[in-house]
Amino acid sequence: MAKNPVGPPLGQGARNAWKRMATERAIAALLFLSTFLSVLITIGIVAVLLFEAITFFADVSVFEFLSGTRWTPLFSSKQFGVLALVAGTTLTAVMAMVVALPLGLLSAVYLSEYAPNGVRKVVKPILEVLAGIPTVVYGYFALLFVTPILRSISGDISVFNALSASIVMGIMILPMVSSLSEDAMRAVPRTLREGAYALGSTKLEVSTLVVVPAALSGIVSAFILAVSRAIGETMIVTIAAGQNPTFTLNPFVPIETMTAYIVQVSQGDAPAGSIEFKTIFAVALLLFVITLVMNLLSQFVVSRFREEYE
Amino acid sequence: MLDQDPILQTRGLSVYYDTKKVVTDVNLDVARNRITSIIGPSGCGKSTLLRCFNRMNDLIPSARVEGQVMFDGLDLYGHDVDPTEIRYLIGMVFQRPNPFPKSIYDNVAFGPRINGFKGDMDELVERSLVRAAIWDEVKDRLNTSALALSGGQQQRLCIARALAVEPRVILMDEPCSALDPIATLAIEELMRELSEDYSIIIVTHNMQQAARVSHYTAFLMVEEARVGFMVEFGESRQIFTNPEDERTEAYITGRFG
Amino acid sequence: MSVISQSDFQRKRARRKWMGRAFYGLCLLSVAIALGMLAVLLVYLFIQGITGISWSFLTSFASRHPDQAGIKAAILGSIYVVMVAGVTSFVLGVATALYLEEYAARSKFARIAKINIANLAGVPSIVYGILGLQIFVHSMHLGKSVLAGGFTLGLLVLPIVIVASGEAVRAVPPSLREAAYGLGATRWQVIWHMVIPQAFPGILTGVILAVSRAIGETAPLIAMGALTFVPFTPDSPLSRFTVLPIQIFNWTSRPQEGFQEAAAAGIIVLLVILLVMNAGAVILRNKFQNKSGG
Repeated sequence: MAKNPVGPPLGQGARNAWKRMATERAIAALLFLSTFLSVLITIGIVAVLLFEAITFFADVSVFEFLSGTRWTPLFSSKQFGVLALVAGTTLTAVMAMVVALPLGLLSAVYLSEYAPNGVRKVVKPILEVLAGIPTVVYGYFALLFVTPILRSISGDISVFNALSASIVMGIMILPMVSSLSEDAMRAVPRTLREGAYALGSTKLEVSTLVVVPAALSGIVSAFILAVSRAIGETMIVTIAAGQNPTFTLNPFVPIETMTAYIVQVSQGDAPAGSIEFKTIFAVALLLFVITLVMNLLSQFVVSRFREEYE
Repeated sequence: MLDQDPILQTRGLSVYYDTKKVVTDVNLDVARNRITSIIGPSGCGKSTLLRCFNRMNDLIPSARVEGQVMFDGLDLYGHDVDPTEIRYLIGMVFQRPNPFPKSIYDNVAFGPRINGFKGDMDELVERSLVRAAIWDEVKDRLNTSALALSGGQQQRLCIARALAVEPRVILMDEPCSALDPIATLAIEELMRELSEDYSIIIVTHNMQQAARVSHYTAFLMVEEARVGFMVEFGESRQIFTNPEDERTEAYITGRFG
Repeated sequence: MSVISQSDFQRKRARRKWMGRAFYGLCLLSVAIALGMLAVLLVYLFIQGITGISWSFLTSFASRHPDQAGIKAAILGSIYVVMVAGVTSFVLGVATALYLEEYAARSKFARIAKINIANLAGVPSIVYGILGLQIFVHSMHLGKSVLAGGFTLGLLVLPIVIVASGEAVRAVPPSLREAAYGLGATRWQVIWHMVIPQAFPGILTGVILAVSRAIGETAPLIAMGALTFVPFTPDSPLSRFTVLPIQIFNWTSRPQEGFQEAAAAGIIVLLVILLVMNAGAVILRNKFQNKSGG
């Protein structure tokens, strides 16, 4: 046997070093692969949605889809006007924000400007509990607690209606608005507040004329994220708002959101490849695009309009 | 101590943060239409003392004030006194320029607006900016953001903002510490002019500055046993040339602090 | 003398004081409404559901008769699916966080990956269900199984784990890494012996948060095709299954009051599980903090 030209100790060392480097490389490659997979998820979502949606749009024109106001794919006379679902989604999201924005913003002002430290440390996590409750629980609460109360106030309100779902959804996304807004307000330097107090401002004036405007980019971004969350929310509207696609802004009658429609079809047994089955991909694609745009917009607002303080 | 009736007087003034005493038993008279400087090593409580004059210490939950601060015969810490009204009468300029993230115009108009000004706002804004010696630099861009100004300009804008409500007293908390020497000279020049109409109290760690601009000087110190007590008070000329207390002399000659 | 006349000042003052108090009242009221809604929600659910909780409710299968219905299959289904989701998100999440923080912090790919993760966190959960249906159920032929459901939820909560782990890894002081490098350790040795042990409490907290999000998810599993009526326990990773939130959803949508009571009872069980998990996260974090704080 020919002797190793390099001396044994050095050779041993070199072999170990090679082994070590190979391990290092293999691990780096594995970690990279995992990261790549997270990017692949987005690509996968887009691919899956596009693939079926394209075959859907071979049967139904994009124009009909985006401009029609009647949505009846599950009936024998099929119409594919997604605006009926978009109207339901818009109605519930807007009304949820009508609840969540003022309550969330005022709560944030309270926590950031008024509450003593001890109170804030207790109240903030309790508020965030609201965001951690499963949405199916809210759905139950909306249908069986809020709706009967609303119906006892006005007889015009149906069992399934957008109003009840929206109120409860507003409560659910309230902590999102309040927590993110409060973070933005607390990032406003103390010296700005002092500058305003030194001119004789009351707390109201400091909060509304200085702190909120200075934190506006963070607040707007929180608001957009909350809208996006409301648009994508599924169980509350499925349970409490109905499964009746209606092109209306009347909050008292049953409607159907984009998300609730997807649940409705998923629960049935629409065979893969049928036009009913394909509709959920077209609707999900639209939903995905809308929420993606809102999320990007939210990030853009933060990075573009943030006031830089030292 | 003064040859006139003082505009502000403290009697037995002490400030605590929780149980820690940071200002100890200060008796200080502030002269009308003069500049009074408060000097001393860092941590001697001079900023805290200054913040007693417009009750800014109220904003710190743990702060507690003992003793009296008289403002033209009114006890600032009397139980029926509203701190926001005090701050309207006694303006303040801070260590770092703190313009609001608004336009130059809106920064100056802020105080008059909230306090019920009903006259010609354009004219008042212009007058305040002229008075703060920054009008010529900003008159063509009143509606641009105040954050785009240089540090020295921002500080003069903050002075204009304080002047707009025409306070009786202006408190300045190390107003030049974040500025370069040229901007510092501009502010000092401005202070001398303003002292014709306003009573000014300035806190500074810069002894040359105190000697240059102020008529009266109070020297505060911190020792192991006591924090924030006043060692000596007198005309600046006398304090900086012939101090009575040897600790003052040691400080102004740079032997400590 | 002053620019503002005394009368104007005092008149405005009175209004400002009044408005200040009203505004403070509004702020307080908002917080009170939010906290009040939480209280009403919990009390209402408790009243509705507490009578429905019994040993047989926990150990029976779903039934056509409300008084015999139970959540055995749903609870076991939830546990299995969430375990798969937890492991999936833990492995992928920690690996991705380590790559982004330790290997490629400033590369262009890392920047794209980070933006991508932020956006993934905002994708509606039901879209993940459709992804799961097409990829895991159909393409990978896993069927509408525990494994497919777990993977789907694992991807859904992946951003939570990545963000939490990334923060935990970033918080490890550079001096520790430098000390290890100084002894001749390789990058992976530094990560394995220094970074991961230090960051572990933060990572664990992130995983628990992710799992408690997963356990409450309903929509993606419906979209993926989970069953709503399951009279058996899943016996293999490829079994069909249901989960507790779907069972609650199913009972809620039925008109009979008995089922609604069962739904409320199921909700109480779900909330108790969530409470225990979150309390566990808090305790774990405190325990580790005390240890490392020495």
